[in-house]
Amino acid sequence: MDLRRAILSCLLLAGAAAAHAAEVSVAVAANFTAPMQKIAAAFEQATGHKAVLAFGSTGRFYAQVKNGAPFQVLLAADDETPAKLEAEGLAVRGSRFTYATGRLVLWSASAGLVDGRGEVLRTGRFERLAIADPKLAPYGAAALQAMDRLGVADALRPRLVQGESIGQAFQFVATGNAPLGFVALSQVMVDGGIAKGSAWVVPADLHAPIRQDAVVLAAGKDNPAATALASFLRSDAAKAIIRAHGYEL
Amino acid sequence: MPFSASDLQAIWLTLKLATATTAALLLLATPLAWWLAHARTRWSAVVGAVVALPLVLPPTVLGFYLLVAFGPQGWGGQLTQALGIGLLPFTFGGLLLASIVYSLPFAVQPLQHAFQAVGRRPMEVAATLRARPLDAFVHVALPLARPGFVTAAILSFAHTVGEFGVVLMIGGNIPEQTRVVSTQIYGHVEALEYGQAHWLSAAMLVFSFVVLLALALLTRRTARVYA
Repeated sequence: MDLRRAILSCLLLAGAAAAHAAEVSVAVAANFTAPMQKIAAAFEQATGHKAVLAFGSTGRFYAQVKNGAPFQVLLAADDETPAKLEAEGLAVRGSRFTYATGRLVLWSASAGLVDGRGEVLRTGRFERLAIADPKLAPYGAAALQAMDRLGVADALRPRLVQGESIGQAFQFVATGNAPLGFVALSQVMVDGGIAKGSAWVVPADLHAPIRQDAVVLAAGKDNPAATALASFLRSDAAKAIIRAHGYEL
Repeated sequence: MPFSASDLQAIWLTLKLATATTAALLLLATPLAWWLAHARTRWSAVVGAVVALPLVLPPTVLGFYLLVAFGPQGWGGQLTQALGIGLLPFTFGGLLLASIVYSLPFAVQPLQHAFQAVGRRPMEVAATLRARPLDAFVHVALPLARPGFVTAAILSFAHTVGEFGVVLMIGGNIPEQTRVVSTQIYGHVEALEYGQAHWLSAAMLVFSFVVLLALALLTRRTARVYA
């Protein structure tokens, strides 16, 4: 193929992509905000499709989808909500997959409070320990499981303060109102390292995996951009972004 | 029984918080409203605007600043620690302080209007009868301003019961200490427990309606009495 033909076919391809460019509206779990913004930009560049993002809590998205919200793809903070939507016929059957697995971290905004093995939970030289509400947030449930496995759950229970989401648990620790807390690794990781304070990355075998599932919703069934986004989330380009933000795959 | 044990705890805590807030507000707001009603300085306009701020600010703004200001690095946190009370976020005392700020205009404004309606004249008359200012205030101004006190108490109580954003920001959702009805409802909805959310929400709805109805009937009656 000579150069002219190569350029021509490139133009043709680009033209074809532009001709078929579509928009997809995506409901994204708040904890996945930063990586999803990057992924959406890369997705737009690679496919010409545009992803319109809404960030929020998975429970609220569920209620909205049930009541006719026009979201076409859901990136949930758990694996139960997408399964539930699929069982209820509100999502495309078989479109469910895990796009990221969260990692839990015990974090303090002050340096030197959290040691590299989580021993601080036993010595207990702190007044408050922030977690996300275990009933609402998978990170909160995982934190409770980990404390249980370590045998410190009962001793620490009176010191727990609960945020309604992992974002709020982070806020409690970041403002120093709770000296330490269980947050998502993705919240404290910048360029592959802990940005500030001290932290212990909780070993993954201390709690059930924090699977975050995505699903194509009924409203996105016939939208090529919705299926394209679902497959783009599984591409190497997307995976690299996801890993760089402290998630596993 | 449509309410779970934790629902009942939340209801009880909410009533406790609203009662304490109302009592504190009537004590605080009375002198403040008196001063606002009669002061003739430019400062009274500034203070009046500050008092009215919670009417227009989103509660999350209030909650966020309280969280930062009363945290260990904030000026409020330094103060409470120096006073030996410790840190206020995540405690009942912290909620009480937040509620007082949040409901302040609902106590001050009805009182201010009532005091303005009473005017200076009865106080002047009392003074000519040799009543000292405090004496005249307690025995003349306060009884005349009674409808204002009723409105202020009901509105402060009801507004505190309906508080959501502030407790969500600084509460920490601790059972029996900081988990109130509104955050409990929010939790039920997020956890997809729609049945329980319905019961609590309906109770809230009925309560709010009864309060507003009572208020309307009371003001109508007092209007007739004073007409």
